[in-house]
Amino acid sequence: MKRVLPGWVKWPRLDFPLLVSLLLLMGFGLLVLYSASGQDMSVVYRQAIRLAVGLAVMLLLSQVPPHILRLWTPWLYSLGMVLLLATWFFGVGRSTSRWLDLGLFRFQPSEIMKLGIPMMVAWYLHPRRLPPDLLNMLVSIAIVLAPVLLIAQQPDLGTSLLVAASGGLTLFLAGMRWRFILVAAGLAAAAAPALWFVMHEYQRNRVRTFLDPESDPLGSGWNIIQSKIAVGSGGILGKGWLNGTQSNLEFIPERHTDFILAVLSEEFGLVGVLALFTVYVYITGRGLYIASNARNTYARLLAGSLSLTFFVYVLVNGGMVSGTLPVVGVPLPLVSYGGTSIVTLLAGFGILMSIYGHRNFIR
Amino acid sequence: MSHRLGKRILGKSSQPLKDQALEGSGFARRAMISFALVLVAIVLLSLRYVYLQVISHDEFTTRSINNRVRVVPVAPNRGLIYDRRGRPIAQNLPAYRLELIPEKVENPQETILALGEFIDFPDDVVERFQRARKQRRVFDSVPLKFSLSGEEVARFVVDRHRFPGVDVVPYLARYYPYGELLTHVLGYVGRLDENDLQRVDAGNYRGTTHIGKTGIERYYEHELHGVSGVEKIETNVQGRRLRVLDRQDPVHGDDLILSLDVLVQQAAWDALGDRAGAVVAIDPNDGSVLAMVSKPAFDANAFVRGISGKDYRAILNAPNRPLFNRALQGGYGPGSTIKPFVGLAGLELGVVTPEKRVFSTGKFFLPGQERPYHDWKPGGHGWVDIYGALEQSVNTYFYQLSLDMGIDRMHDYLSRFGFGSRTGLDLLGENPGVLPSRQWKRGRYGQPWYPGETIIAGIGQGFNVATPLQLANALATLVNGGTRFAPRLLFAAKSAGDGQAQRRHAPVVQQVPVKDPANWDVVREGMRRVVHGVKGTARAIRPESGFQIAGKSGTAQVVAQVDGEKQNARTTSRRLRHHALFIAYAPFRNPGIVVAVVVEHGGGGSAEAAPVARAVIDSWLNQEPLR
Repeated sequence: MKRVLPGWVKWPRLDFPLLVSLLLLMGFGLLVLYSASGQDMSVVYRQAIRLAVGLAVMLLLSQVPPHILRLWTPWLYSLGMVLLLATWFFGVGRSTSRWLDLGLFRFQPSEIMKLGIPMMVAWYLHPRRLPPDLLNMLVSIAIVLAPVLLIAQQPDLGTSLLVAASGGLTLFLAGMRWRFILVAAGLAAAAAPALWFVMHEYQRNRVRTFLDPESDPLGSGWNIIQSKIAVGSGGILGKGWLNGTQSNLEFIPERHTDFILAVLSEEFGLVGVLALFTVYVYITGRGLYIASNARNTYARLLAGSLSLTFFVYVLVNGGMVSGTLPVVGVPLPLVSYGGTSIVTLLAGFGILMSIYGHRNFIR
Repeated sequence: MSHRLGKRILGKSSQPLKDQALEGSGFARRAMISFALVLVAIVLLSLRYVYLQVISHDEFTTRSINNRVRVVPVAPNRGLIYDRRGRPIAQNLPAYRLELIPEKVENPQETILALGEFIDFPDDVVERFQRARKQRRVFDSVPLKFSLSGEEVARFVVDRHRFPGVDVVPYLARYYPYGELLTHVLGYVGRLDENDLQRVDAGNYRGTTHIGKTGIERYYEHELHGVSGVEKIETNVQGRRLRVLDRQDPVHGDDLILSLDVLVQQAAWDALGDRAGAVVAIDPNDGSVLAMVSKPAFDANAFVRGISGKDYRAILNAPNRPLFNRALQGGYGPGSTIKPFVGLAGLELGVVTPEKRVFSTGKFFLPGQERPYHDWKPGGHGWVDIYGALEQSVNTYFYQLSLDMGIDRMHDYLSRFGFGSRTGLDLLGENPGVLPSRQWKRGRYGQPWYPGETIIAGIGQGFNVATPLQLANALATLVNGGTRFAPRLLFAAKSAGDGQAQRRHAPVVQQVPVKDPANWDVVREGMRRVVHGVKGTARAIRPESGFQIAGKSGTAQVVAQVDGEKQNARTTSRRLRHHALFIAYAPFRNPGIVVAVVVEHGGGGSAEAAPVARAVIDSWLNQEPLR
């Protein structure tokens, strides 16, 4: 690459294919958001600002070499744990205590753990022989479970399961033996009925509703039914941008946040959905490629885990909107309006870019 | 052991150096497996979307349309009502009402209470809502309040966003411009309730809020209502209408033209003044009702808006019962007003001849009895024939006549003129009155008939009960030569699409057989003398020139008279005074109007009731003839 800039300015270490696909996603997202917000430009502006902040964080983190990140890892994880404990005691929120009010802004400490858990597991496994033996695996599981349980009691079952998944995926990528995987899967299946008894009533209702949404079409079944109607009535080519009746007439609840995919499906049809999925799969694949090319265990595990977790969000949100999975509050990554999740996600992609940018460093 | 374990977990590199390359290939395999799983997952998810968007597309399209499109009924405009000369007497005025769609409101009770901030509700609004709600489907709107004031509308609209499922809806409200003047005829419309739905086609009333409760509004409800239309509208999730997609127009109800003349009605109303009473005027040529007044009355407009329980009780318990339609339901002893009919019966049945004379001494005795039956004039009237008997209202003449005729013949003849049965007017709730006979008394009291009862029946006292409407209709029959109509208030009706109103004729109930028309003339001449004769009881009302009036006064006893003791109107308390009656028709040669007047507790018929009849006759005959 020919240098046009002065020597002390380094061209930022960015992965262009990843960057372009992310920007594509965001652009499409803003387009859908304009329609989903009832053509409210102020919502679009706020989302754009949030995306810009996220991109800045991504840019910043992409310049931090992975070995520095590795040094920060225990501190970040500890900070997350402290904040989670603080939330436990001083949390604010309408019915659940997920938020921590820091005076200037409120945020969910569980967001930190979306990065903190895979980083910490990768950090722990980095110096150790892989595939991990039973002991190391138990320790890793403990690293994952501590924050997961704190998040689950908030109660935020959706996030806790997703965060747990990010830890589990790290372990899987670390080469966790199949027999352990089978045992873990067996234990999870056995624990599922037990979970029913520790669940809150509203969570049980969600499961009931998921199993039979028509039982309460105007109450808890409303979201799923209206979302499915939006998706189904979209057809192959969709009703056209801004022409979705389900969304414009406000039949879709949370239409610009968790259920924005329903709006997209209604207005852009199956074609739009498949295009979106393609971009998501491409980003996931690119992430896994970066992970495979990374030079050490920490970078590999972290990059792989972040990519797969990203995909899990897509899968869960897509399943929820189409009535395939219960309604859990998982946004469609980088498209849904709002939340700290955008910044967290883009921070994750910053780490991926850093790993890609520093792949030739041996350290 | 524990030391080694601790070292293995926390130690930096207690293990032999890792083989990064080997681990890298292990990772690559896992990454490949992961990506394969990613592809499988996304394909499965995509198939789900294919299922929803391609295979089930039609079903969801239908549901999406059903979601936003509501088919709502459109109430037809109620037919207007005019008087005989085209004056509007029941109109539809633009107004606003507040509606709530139960399906769209989570807690209607709380919402209604919150709305109280803007809207002045009656106290029982919640109960009314709960009742109204039961009759409708959840997605039909329930009206909360009618005839909102401009201020209420303005205040609500500002905060409308706070109340999804609640809206202000324009509609046409019934209005009766003449207020209480026509209430007893027109009746009124009120809020549709469960009982009303029993008697109509409920499907046609889905958008209708008001229904005829009494009077013409009730009797001709079917004609006035019209046919409901439907509208397909697009709504948002809160049920707010956004635009109309399709519309099937309703067919508005028939416009009705009543035979009433507001001027005649007003004349009767004014002539009664603040006395309780009733006036019925009928055109004897076609049985159409020209005026029908019952006093006191009330303003029906309050009932249209929805009257509060307190106001309703006030009307219900007001002195002289304003809700009571005296013209239709009031039963009065006809008194001497029955004499023309009894006289005609005597002539037609051959019991008397026009030449027959009776000597009045002031007291009449049944053979073998000591109890006297009185004339109204102490000392009696001397020799009188039938003309004089009618002119001076001589009881003795009719005592003898009744005795000779017998109660059953009297009953059979008078019943042809409609006494003792409903006239068949086009209003509900008519009182049939009583026309006594042996059989009637046996059925009613299980007692035999006494001769004394026959002779007081002959002067309209005793068991006899007639309504002002019956008196007017009987007189119309007498005047027109025996054609008894079922009198009609409806004169003509104009359906949607008709260019011109169609005349509706009063049906003929009975044709009274005429044995000798001269007999009828005799009775009519007797009635003319009541007003124009030298000794006529109603001389005071005779017109100085122009047409002649024929009439007959009457007095209905409220308290039984003690032997010959005469009631003095000035000294008897108003409540105990007799009812004053007068029946009349004019012009004598070519009758155009018959009138029956009752003034409650008025005392003497000639003094109190006759001037009212005169005023009504004048107001009708002094108008330009119609067409």
